[in-house]
Amino acid sequence: MYRATLAHPADLDGFRKAARTALALKIAPDALDWAVEGDGAALDLASPLPPMPDAPAPRVPRHYVELAELAICNRAPERLPLLYSLLVRLQASPRLLEDRSDPQVDAVSELAKAVSRDRHKMRAFVRFRETDDEGGKHYIAWFEPTHHILRLNIGFFIRRFAAQRWTILTPELSAHWDGQAIHWLPGATKDDAPTEDPVEAIWKTYYASTFNPARLKVKAMQAEMPKKYWRNLPEAELIPELIAQAEARTVDMIAGGTLAEVKAQALGCKLCPLHGPATQTVFGEGPTDARLMIVGEQPGDQEDLAGRPFVGPAGQLLDQCLAEAGIDRSRAYVTNAVKHFKFQLRGRRRIHESPNAAEIQACRWWLDQERALLKPGLVLMLGASAGRALLGRAVTVGRERGRPIKLPDGAAGFLTVHPSYLLRIENAATQRAERQRFVDELRAAAALAQEAR
Amino acid sequence: MPQLDLKAKLAILADAAKYDASCASSGTAKRDSRDRKGLGSTEGMGICHAYAPDGRCISLLKILLTNSCIFDCAYCINRRSSNVRRARFTVDEVVSLTIGFYRRNYVEGLFLSSGIIRSSDYTMEQLVEVARRLREEHDFRGYIHLKTIPDSAPDLLEKAGRYADRLSINIELPTESGLARLAPEKDVTSIQGSMGTLRHHILDAKDARKRYRSAPRYAPAGQSTQMIVGADGADDHAILARADGLYGGYGMRRVYYSAYSPIPDSSSALPPSRPPLLREHRLYQADWMLRFYGFSLPEIAAATPGGHLPLDMDPKAAWALANRHLFPLDVNRAPREMLLRVPGLGPKVVNRILSARRWRQLRLADVERLVASPKRVKPFLLTPDWRPGAELDSVGLGIRLVTAPAQLSLF
Repeated sequence: MYRATLAHPADLDGFRKAARTALALKIAPDALDWAVEGDGAALDLASPLPPMPDAPAPRVPRHYVELAELAICNRAPERLPLLYSLLVRLQASPRLLEDRSDPQVDAVSELAKAVSRDRHKMRAFVRFRETDDEGGKHYIAWFEPTHHILRLNIGFFIRRFAAQRWTILTPELSAHWDGQAIHWLPGATKDDAPTEDPVEAIWKTYYASTFNPARLKVKAMQAEMPKKYWRNLPEAELIPELIAQAEARTVDMIAGGTLAEVKAQALGCKLCPLHGPATQTVFGEGPTDARLMIVGEQPGDQEDLAGRPFVGPAGQLLDQCLAEAGIDRSRAYVTNAVKHFKFQLRGRRRIHESPNAAEIQACRWWLDQERALLKPGLVLMLGASAGRALLGRAVTVGRERGRPIKLPDGAAGFLTVHPSYLLRIENAATQRAERQRFVDELRAAAALAQEAR
Repeated sequence: MPQLDLKAKLAILADAAKYDASCASSGTAKRDSRDRKGLGSTEGMGICHAYAPDGRCISLLKILLTNSCIFDCAYCINRRSSNVRRARFTVDEVVSLTIGFYRRNYVEGLFLSSGIIRSSDYTMEQLVEVARRLREEHDFRGYIHLKTIPDSAPDLLEKAGRYADRLSINIELPTESGLARLAPEKDVTSIQGSMGTLRHHILDAKDARKRYRSAPRYAPAGQSTQMIVGADGADDHAILARADGLYGGYGMRRVYYSAYSPIPDSSSALPPSRPPLLREHRLYQADWMLRFYGFSLPEIAAATPGGHLPLDMDPKAAWALANRHLFPLDVNRAPREMLLRVPGLGPKVVNRILSARRWRQLRLADVERLVASPKRVKPFLLTPDWRPGAELDSVGLGIRLVTAPAQLSLF
């Protein structure tokens, strides 16, 4: 058993010499152990390789050298025996590398590919910070590569930044360019790198502004910029916040228009299947500066035909109750959680059917835009469907009605029953009592809407 | 008007520039600063220095010189009638931002565009001046992409190409009627005239360099353009036909498709709501088929009836399903052109197959090692120990190739 020892993990020169020696001595791959200096080699029976005997240099295809240059930088310890074993096999079959479906060729190619990717990512993600020292401006970066690639990559940074002084610090090795030559230095820690840079804040502004919140694709971003790099990218600390704001911002962006424009768009809405059987989209109506926004469930039979919200029996009852509560309906904005009539045909009659969660969710798009444009003081939710639309969860009206409820985005909300509920109560006394309670709650909501300035 | 500070201006002018999809920094002449003079390098392969949460790469400092504009294009956030905040950089500010970002390894260079102020020529002069200063006064050797302004003078286009790696002018909409309706001040003839001029200069410079090594370069990374998808009624076939014409007619390096984004103050002339991201993705896939996979436009059109590419599967799978009679292919004998048509096989893998089969006969296990997703390609391939049997004819195949489109939706 022999042992070959490399000077450092990516020591291609050392590998070349050892491999040539072993090849000349016809040492089988499994009789050769590979080690790297300073890795604390175990005391065992392996003996160091003898000096290289006089023998002609083995012939290897160019592609092998290219693969080896990359693969040797891989962190995986099996890279060295694999490379040697491939070298041995290449002597007998020089065209072996053309066969990518060979398991060993495949394994080495994968090792090389991982290094190549890491090399590319380092070129992309090194971030210099500017400092001033006796020699003038000095650019210093802290970077944590996955593989042993600093030496492999140094040429790139020299070609690009030969006229400035810079240093790249990594955990196992550092490199300093003084404007003329490269100096290799020991590994460093993050604390050795500067913590501030005068331009970094401007870069972060750029990063946040060039992001288009209407096109959120977090997975695509992470595929190319894996999280392991984030901690050394100053701009990455903005990511969670940008994602969180994206949804809200898209709504804001579209809401730059007017209610009339949004309504015109909604008339052609096909976000859910309800547009098929219904006659038309019934959009909200009311003044654009309304303080009170009233949200019902969905248009009914008459609303569907008229194209206006709350004009059927429940709408008429709502009008009466609003009047009793001293509220001018023409000063409120009235709309529905779902903008198309959902029904079942029974003979010639269209029987109301409650919208399901998916339909409510689809229609949120329009409700959110109405809210973003109106910015009402209070959103009054009539019934469980409106509650679900605005609170984003199932609500029990009986338990939560009659008091202020904060909407998920912080706006003021208030829940009460839907007037159609009053129409369904058969006992006259109960109906009277319930109706009074409804009027009281309308009054309370209207007062809150005026307060919320 | 109060003066905005640099950060505030950058926020406005980067925000206004982001609707241009291109951020490529690849394919230009190789340069470096090993002579210890100047700043920067280009190595052929572009580098994406960061990715925004929209999945787009940030390779260049992409900004407008100003977002004031005398045009009123309905799809554009910067149109005259839009009430966005306006700002304007000085030439010096753009130059120092570019250099400052480049020294810190944030970007590969600059992509500069602008709203049109005063006149086309005045605006173009300003853009060219930024590039000239970067190249001549700062010896900047990184990447520069300049947007050319429609209708600007030929000598300005000539100058722009001397300093820039890439020039581009947007065709904006796939149909002439769309452009007339949504961008009344622009006209197709003058846009295409500029494209023609650029192509002429690019070819001339290439020719000259064949004869004299010292001949000056002209936009070595070529020209590109962008089309907005979903703002007018053009269907996918019309869009692809337009792109095909642009690749052929003007030697475009790239045609970018940009799903129309809802933008602040969106005018009622435009369709509402979310940008059709999946549609944009399918268009890029079909674009790739035309350019790298040897498909022709009529072939794609025949396999995707109705004018649109299917959203639930990629266009290559759609073509294969429509042409089941051509499959399965014998991995060990099929020609390159046919292997490229198997859904799931790209040029890289096909090259590996061709090179490996010269060596020996490929079996199923070999194929599985070579390709990224064996499940996807297996129904289309034949090896000595594998034959797909009835799978190719079953309805299930269609379902297996369908990808869930939901992942791209926003809400």
